[in-house]
Amino acid sequence: MIAGIIIAVVVVILIIAYVSAYNGLIKGRTYVQESWSQIDVQLKRRNDLIPNLIETVKGYSHYEQSTLEKVVGLRNQLVNSSGEDHQKTMAVSDQLSNSLKSIFAVAEAYPDLKADQEYTKLMEELTNTENKIAYSRQLYNSSVASFNLKIQSFPSNIVASIHHFKISEYLQVPEEEKAAPKVSFDK
Amino acid sequence: MLFEQIARNKRRTIYVLTGFVILVLAIGAAIGYVFFDSYIAGLVLALVFAGVYAAIMIGNSTNIVMAMNHGHEITKAEQAPELWHIVEDMALVARVPMPRVFIIDDPSPNAFATGNNPQHAAVAATSGILERLNREELEGVMGHEMTHVRNYDIRLQTIALALAAAITGMVNLAGNFFWWGGGSRRRSSDSEGGNILQIVMLIVSILLVILGPIAATMAQMALSRNREYLADAGSVELTRNPQGLISALQKISTSEPMKEADPSSAALYISDPMKKKKSLTHLFDTHPPMEERIERLRKM
Repeated sequence: MIAGIIIAVVVVILIIAYVSAYNGLIKGRTYVQESWSQIDVQLKRRNDLIPNLIETVKGYSHYEQSTLEKVVGLRNQLVNSSGEDHQKTMAVSDQLSNSLKSIFAVAEAYPDLKADQEYTKLMEELTNTENKIAYSRQLYNSSVASFNLKIQSFPSNIVASIHHFKISEYLQVPEEEKAAPKVSFDK
Repeated sequence: MLFEQIARNKRRTIYVLTGFVILVLAIGAAIGYVFFDSYIAGLVLALVFAGVYAAIMIGNSTNIVMAMNHGHEITKAEQAPELWHIVEDMALVARVPMPRVFIIDDPSPNAFATGNNPQHAAVAATSGILERLNREELEGVMGHEMTHVRNYDIRLQTIALALAAAITGMVNLAGNFFWWGGGSRRRSSDSEGGNILQIVMLIVSILLVILGPIAATMAQMALSRNREYLADAGSVELTRNPQGLISALQKISTSEPMKEADPSSAALYISDPMKKKKSLTHLFDTHPPMEERIERLRKM
C-alpha cells in the first residue's frame, strides 16, 4: 500500500517535471521565433522606406548614381528573398545598412537636404529602423542562448531529444558593432 | 541576480506597506481616542482611510505622480520621434510592453519611471534631456529607466513615495491642529476637561511631527541606493554601450536643478533633481554619488 503511494507520487512528480520541461522548451522556441519576426518586421519597414528616401535625395544631383543603385539592388534582393535563410538575409541587410550610412554621410555636405522636412523625417524613421534591427538581433541572440541552454542542460535535454528540439544558430553581428563604442560628447 | 532583485523588491514592497498600515492605524487610534473617546472608532476610520488611499494610489499612481511632476503624456511617435523610438527599442529588448511616455517641460535634463508593474508603467523625460542629450546618451538613460520597470523598482518606489506624501500631509494637518488648538485653549481656559483634551491633542500633534520624518527615513532606506547601480548595469546590458550612459550622467550631473520636480518624488529620478548638497555621511541621500556610478560604469 505504502509502496504504491510512493510509486504514484514519484510518477506524478516525473510527469510534472516532464510537462514543465516541455513547456519551457516550447516557450524558448516561441521566443526565438518571435524575435525573428521582430527583425523581419523591421526589414520590411525599411524596404518600404527606401523608395521614399531615393525619391527625396534624387533631386540632389551630386549623389553618385552607383550608390543609389546599390541600395535599390540590395533592397530588391531582400524583398525577393524568401527569408528562410536567416544568416543570408542578415548579411544582405548589413550590406544595405552600410550603403544607407554612406547616403547619410553624403547628405552631411548638403545643408538644403538636411533642412528638408521630408528628409529629416525619413532620416529619423530609418535610424529608428536600423536601431530596431540591431536591438531585435540582440534579443534574438539572447533568446537563442537561453533556448540552447535548455536543450543542452539536464533534465530538459532528455525531453528535447525525445521531441527533436534542435539548437538554433546565432545571428552574426557585424564587425563594427562588436568594436568598442566611440566616445562622443558632442551635440 | 535579476530575479533576486525582483523577489527582493516584492518582499520589500510588503514590508513598506505593512509599516504604512501600522503607522496609519496607530495615528487613527490616537485620533479616535482624542475625538470619540474610542480606539475602535479611530481604527475603523483609519482602515477605511488607508483602504481608499491605497486603492486610489494603486489604481492611479502613474497619473498622480505625473501630475505632481507636471508631466504631460504623448501618445504618438510624431510628438517626440526620437524619445518615442528609443523607448520602443528599450521596451523591445527588455521584453516589457511599451510604457506610457510623458514629457516634463523643464530645461534641466532628467528622467524617471513609475507605475505598478511592467504592464502599467510610464517613463518621463524633461524637455531639457531631449535637447541636450544625443541619441546614444538618451538610450542609456531610457535603458536605465526600463531596468527600473523590469525589476519592479517602480512599484516599490511609487508606494514609498505615496507613503512619504501621506506622512507629509498628516504632519501638515497636525501642524494646523496645533495652531487651531492653541487658539481654542485661550478661549476656554476655565474648562478643565478642555485642557486635558488640548494637552492630548498637543501630544498627538507632536508625535505626528516626530513620526513623520522617521517614516520618511524608513521610505528612503527601502529605496536602497543600490538599485541605482543595478539599473545602470541593467541599462548597459540592454544598450551594450556604457559610454552613452556615462556621458549622459556627466551632462545631467553638471546641469542646473529642476524647477518642475516634486521634492518627494526626488528618489524616482535618474539623478537627484534638487541637486542638494551632499551630506558627509551620505546617509540621507536619495542617490549614490555620481562619481561612484560613473566609475562603476567605466569598469564594465
